[in-house]
Amino acid sequence: MSVKEILGRMIEFDDDGHLKNFADWNEELAKELAKEEGINELTDRHWLVINFMRKEFQEKGDAPSIRKLTKESGVDTKELYQLFPKGPAKKAARIAGLPKPKGCI
Amino acid sequence: MSQHNDEIKKVSIIVSRGSLDGVYPGLILGNGARMEGIDSNLFFTFFGLDAIVEKRMDKLSIVTVGNAAMRLPWGQKMPTWLGVIPGMASFATWMMKNEMEKLDVPPVREFLQMIKDAGGGIYACKLAMDMFHLKKEDLWEGVDDILTVGDFYQKAAGGPIIFT
Repeated sequence: MSVKEILGRMIEFDDDGHLKNFADWNEELAKELAKEEGINELTDRHWLVINFMRKEFQEKGDAPSIRKLTKESGVDTKELYQLFPKGPAKKAARIAGLPKPKGCI
Repeated sequence: MSQHNDEIKKVSIIVSRGSLDGVYPGLILGNGARMEGIDSNLFFTFFGLDAIVEKRMDKLSIVTVGNAAMRLPWGQKMPTWLGVIPGMASFATWMMKNEMEKLDVPPVREFLQMIKDAGGGIYACKLAMDMFHLKKEDLWEGVDDILTVGDFYQKAAGGPIIFT
């Protein structure tokens, strides 16, 4: 676990580097987390994915699989990897303020 | 094998078996690698080729004969003689597909497309193609290339090779 100051707030992170408290998240924080992942600007398409992930997490308690994500969010696999290069499931989950996804798919 | 740093950057997965349970581990590893931002290439050889042969890829099945770990739905070991009963293999296959769907594991064709869309490579082994008298036209349209062993090692350079 670690604590880091972002935008003047002390934010707690878990061992995987994801937000410890879902409630700490807001859009400004997401933008900062995205920068850490090398995504300098979050477009509408990024937000579509992020909001879908947050909704799924609130309903199901875990991040959606990539399959579910691509089938239901309207962002296909190719685009998803373009939006979140180097690992969409983990990167998008981190920016969305979720813990590391538990699934293998 | 070459030296790896702590982080795996690229992985090459060989799929050599053609049963459903023989193919899935490779697909899951290949897709899982891409999900982690790791480059992945899948090589299909010998009976594993069935997974990328257009007319066979949707009909892979489970091996019930000679599978010592096979269990009945209620957890009891399946007597080996049951495996030879007609319909047993298709029943086991149906059961496994059901369970996979519950876990959001896609069917073989969809899974391969997913890996491809994620930037993973799909390759066929030339020797096995020749042996089974298969031509390029017999393969699924998403296959990137047909490779010799030499080509394979070139593609695999710099990362671990996983044989399944």
